[in-house]
Amino acid sequence: MYRYDEFDARFVAERVEQFRYQVERRLSGELTEDEFKPLRLLNGLYLQLHAYMLRIAVPYGTLSPKQLRMLAHIARKYDKGYGHFTTRQNIQFNWIKLVDVPDTLADLATVEMHAIQTSGNCIRNVTADHFAGAARDEIEDPRILAEIVRQWSSLHPEFTYLPRKFKIAVSGSEHDRAAVKFHDVGIEIIRNDKGETGYRVYAGGGMGRTPYIGHVVGDFVEKRDILAFLEAVMRVYNQSGRRDNIYKARIKILVNALGAEEMRRQVMREFDEIKAAGTLAVPSAELDNIARYFAPPAFEALGDNAPEYDAARASSAAFRAWSDTNLTPHRAPGYAIATISLKPIGGVPGDATHEQLDALADLLDEFGMGELRVSHEQNLVLPHVRKKDLPAIFAKLEALGLATPNAGLVTDIIACPGLDYCDLANARSIPIAQRISERFQDLARQHDIGELKIKISGCINACGHHHAGHIGVLGVDKKGVEYYQLQLGGSGAEDASIGEILGPAFGEHEIVDAVERVVDVYLEQRSGSERFLDTVRRLGIEPFKERAYAGWAFHI
Amino acid sequence: MSKPDQVLTANRLRDGEVVYWKAGSWVEHLEEAEVFSDGTAATAALKAADKAIQDRIVVNPYLFEVRREAHALRPVKEREVIRAAGPTVRPDLGKQSSEAFDVSL
Repeated sequence: MYRYDEFDARFVAERVEQFRYQVERRLSGELTEDEFKPLRLLNGLYLQLHAYMLRIAVPYGTLSPKQLRMLAHIARKYDKGYGHFTTRQNIQFNWIKLVDVPDTLADLATVEMHAIQTSGNCIRNVTADHFAGAARDEIEDPRILAEIVRQWSSLHPEFTYLPRKFKIAVSGSEHDRAAVKFHDVGIEIIRNDKGETGYRVYAGGGMGRTPYIGHVVGDFVEKRDILAFLEAVMRVYNQSGRRDNIYKARIKILVNALGAEEMRRQVMREFDEIKAAGTLAVPSAELDNIARYFAPPAFEALGDNAPEYDAARASSAAFRAWSDTNLTPHRAPGYAIATISLKPIGGVPGDATHEQLDALADLLDEFGMGELRVSHEQNLVLPHVRKKDLPAIFAKLEALGLATPNAGLVTDIIACPGLDYCDLANARSIPIAQRISERFQDLARQHDIGELKIKISGCINACGHHHAGHIGVLGVDKKGVEYYQLQLGGSGAEDASIGEILGPAFGEHEIVDAVERVVDVYLEQRSGSERFLDTVRRLGIEPFKERAYAGWAFHI
Repeated sequence: MSKPDQVLTANRLRDGEVVYWKAGSWVEHLEEAEVFSDGTAATAALKAADKAIQDRIVVNPYLFEVRREAHALRPVKEREVIRAAGPTVRPDLGKQSSEAFDVSL
């Protein structure tokens, strides 16, 4: 894992003390709320419905046992015993008191964590494929670049007051698990004909009220040039992005107003200038240095067959079900990637208790695993597990309520906090996720349905990624009452697409039935091994629409 | 239907707790709040809350609509129902978990 150097440690420590002083000045009246609000947002502190919420950065979703224990400690000491993992690989605490925030941040700094740039109009926490360093189809660990980008973008004076927030994601595999095409900038690590690795850069993707899929602005950016290239993109955005209208301020609006070609031209003009100056070239020694932090653990020479694993599969239906869905092939023989579902049937997607966080840290230590990952799908991942250890690990996860066998299935639902917590929300998301999860809880039925990604947002800001859901649900407010729009056909993967709205919104008590009717159409009309998404793409939304609204009086 | 009554709410600066206006001070539970059936009085209370902002007691005060239902008070919007109680998905947390919480709301 990356370890802070002296610069990282100093700036985080200085920021903690700076914010401590800012909180003191707020409480003493030296700062008004208008003056203080941008300062607290720079430190990830929001005021939500019930209390302050602290959003803590988990760079590229990687956590050590020590960090997990600290998060458990924060949940216990400063919050109400739990945290919430988000679709940006971060963790949020929902009940933080303003007066406790400086101490919370000081505690976090002791394990090299912070909440800097988790809010505000800056470059946010950089996200990456949660299977980094473990996936079989990986060209290169995306966290190396994500860390370089983190260092470049942290407290970057030129990009502290952007027109709007800016999100960067990196994928190192052909199979995109980081939703790069839905980011302000998405970076895909690719290999050219000569066998060299470099970066394909997308810009202008995003969700929110105006969803767009990113356009390629750099076909093959060489490794040493990537910061110069990113700086070029940022400069075009910083100069020409709109600041007069918050709804039109993201780079996606600029890219689509200029057109992809003109955006590329402007970026290349800046890029040539920055490159000529030579100041932003990434030295290969530094690149190697950072790469060393992400060197894979020393894998044991194991055969791919593990008798313990095979025996458990033969004897335990529960283990078999879990290993069918929650394991992914690992690059090293005898190893597996295990997804820990944070979607228990009827539970709150993404929530973890302090006991679970502590126990996961113990589990990592006990089985010699140095790190855990947070996925943008609000699950956790054990990236390097010996297959022979899986039965014992499964037993421990089961005891912790963390062994739900549903990764990638219909009950593995993404949901934003929604109106249960969020000040911006129009409708609740979590209860809809819970009801859908309960409706489809039968495991045989889930397996029959196969891969199906349901994503729910409680407002148009789309933190629940509803645009990219195979089934997307968007909560809307009609005169103070919650309604839910249904959309179909979105994907956040390499075949990225934006879901199409089915029609008028459903009431709170109608939406789960509507989802079930849509799934029924798929089961009846699928062809061969088609996934739900494939069937929607083949048939279009009409047959689904017809069934969803069958016998239904429109609310328009 | 008659025009809904109004209640003045804010968040406490130090801890973010949801609070309600009651005759010049702030209480934590909606059932204790002062209910304004007169728009002018409500606006005057909102103006008076400026002092609580200056005194660093609360932030972001605003008025919201409530209706009297049987013997209880119910916010018109779901958002205020949830602020007054706590997350609907965690009945063990927030104001709804306190003994002082009036379940008739």
